[in-house]
Amino acid sequence: MNAWLVAPVLVPLSTLALGIMLRPRHRLVTAVSLAGAVALLLVGLRLVAMASHDVVLAGQLGGWPAPYGITLIIDRLSAAMVAITGVIGLATILHGLAREGDPGPRRDFHLFVHGLLAGVCGAFITGDVFNLYVWFEVLLIGSFALMALGGGRRRLAGTMTYLALNLVATFVFLLAAGLLYGSAGTLNMGELGLLFRAGEAPAPATLAVALMLVSFAIKAGLFPVFGWLPASYHVAWTPVSALFAGLLTKVGVYALIRLVTLLWPEYSPLHTGLLWVACATMLVGVLGAAAQNEVRRILSFHIVSQVGYMILGLALASPLAITGAVFYLIHHIVVKANLFFVGGMASRAAGSERLAAMGGLYARMPFLALLFAIPALSLAGIPPLSGFWAKFVLVKASLEGGFWWAAGVALVTGIFTLLSMSKIWNEAFLKAHPGGKGAVRPADGMPWAWWAVTGLALLTVMIGLGAGPVMDYAVAAAGQLAEPSAYFAAVTGPGGP
Amino acid sequence: MEILAALTAGGLAGIGLWMLLDRNLIRVVLGIAILGNAINLAVLTAGRLLGESPAFVTATSVPGDPSNPLPQALVLTAIVIGFGLFVFALAVLKGVRETHGDTTTDTVSAVTGDPAPDGYEAAPGAFAGSATLPEGRET
Repeated sequence: MNAWLVAPVLVPLSTLALGIMLRPRHRLVTAVSLAGAVALLLVGLRLVAMASHDVVLAGQLGGWPAPYGITLIIDRLSAAMVAITGVIGLATILHGLAREGDPGPRRDFHLFVHGLLAGVCGAFITGDVFNLYVWFEVLLIGSFALMALGGGRRRLAGTMTYLALNLVATFVFLLAAGLLYGSAGTLNMGELGLLFRAGEAPAPATLAVALMLVSFAIKAGLFPVFGWLPASYHVAWTPVSALFAGLLTKVGVYALIRLVTLLWPEYSPLHTGLLWVACATMLVGVLGAAAQNEVRRILSFHIVSQVGYMILGLALASPLAITGAVFYLIHHIVVKANLFFVGGMASRAAGSERLAAMGGLYARMPFLALLFAIPALSLAGIPPLSGFWAKFVLVKASLEGGFWWAAGVALVTGIFTLLSMSKIWNEAFLKAHPGGKGAVRPADGMPWAWWAVTGLALLTVMIGLGAGPVMDYAVAAAGQLAEPSAYFAAVTGPGGP
Repeated sequence: MEILAALTAGGLAGIGLWMLLDRNLIRVVLGIAILGNAINLAVLTAGRLLGESPAFVTATSVPGDPSNPLPQALVLTAIVIGFGLFVFALAVLKGVRETHGDTTTDTVSAVTGDPAPDGYEAAPGAFAGSATLPEGRET
């Protein structure tokens, strides 16, 4: 067993355990949390470095051979996801360093974030369906605690909605996993892949997987089951909603990509269904955003809309499209989390996150305006930022596949996204503050947060300007998804039966 | 035996879903618990209720008619997780009841839809008047 294989889970879990032991000592908890986040990022970068040399880490937990034991596999996609989780985790922790307000919940914030990160990383590296369920639950319990953190009327109400709907989604997942085991006789992803690719999967197993895809769709916020997302993301504390915006729905997207590419590598009726869902998700999300007038509400609807793009890539099923989906996933996590962070800092300076009560930020805080403009333009797909390449590849793949209407929807969604972003820009940054010039208070007590958002913005620019290497990585990742030999080798290889 | 268990699971799931659709949040949370148990039963049944004796395999012997231990392991995991989540849901429910005075889904949706309060929350719970923490936050 390679130590790097379990490091993505081990690092946040040991940070959490250490943090719990040090609970009474707030500063120590914060220091441990920061160190843990840096360590996770380093682990992620190391995994990416290994993966880019086509090293696929795979192993069996406890030495039990597949399919009886739990398989862990880190291929290119998993490694990239772990690295990006490290980036967002570190940015979130940096944001949580501000020393004001009630220290108790702030300390708990650090603990819960690492619990959540452990769940997220676990979901990215597992090769077993039931284990995936367990990691979903781990990240879910962390996210519940984070969302409720601080309490208050609105937040508890939002937590209730979030909790009820997400629990139902995980129940669906659990039921699907049970039925899958009952019909296919295995929960190992590699063995399932072999069964389905050989066309030997019994019909009930196909139904069970379809049920599972539904639960992933709820998690990912796809049309028509995205309602929980815009109803709850805006109530949490800003770093919390940025963390959720960046990572949580993307775990659902990752699970969809992993399972669909593993089981159905060729275009099939299922993909047609996904294609329609993707287009509806893009349009409904972006139109929903147009009706909102608070920063985080607008951005929440855009999460839904953007998830549609990734599913579009998955639905087209061509190598180019999968490449686009992977690239989009990487680009989107960075950009989306950054927009939430910057939106939070803008609300802090303007004293509100209602657009009507904001303004004057461009005049007083031009650097913040720049930091907003970079991810906002990237989200809309303006060259040369990262979003442009992501959208370009997806539109190209749609046209090559003959789905000109899907390409049209993607482009129209891009225009509406730009519209939404310019709405925030005009209202929050350009127009004069309704409370007069003195109402904007740029004084900050969060220097670390500035480092975090600047870093994320730089990363966006780097992914945009250095799109070549990232795209090469995504191409190879898509190749591994199409031919997941590591997953199959775990079952059939020397370690298997 | 499987038929009976499947019917029970289906019936429980129906009751759970019915309660989940109720306006009263207490019923919603209880519905979640019932639905969770229905699904646990379904997972156990999906693994087939074969065998008479527990599957205690020793170095020297294998029991004659062992039951399938894997669904049991799965359900055991799910029960533990489900119990934790149910307790957390109850804690949030208690918090909602204390801050809102009533527990209907309509109130909850209405409050979530309220415009964002003015001022910025520098730390969780930093808004005036919202300093109460949800009870039962696990640590």
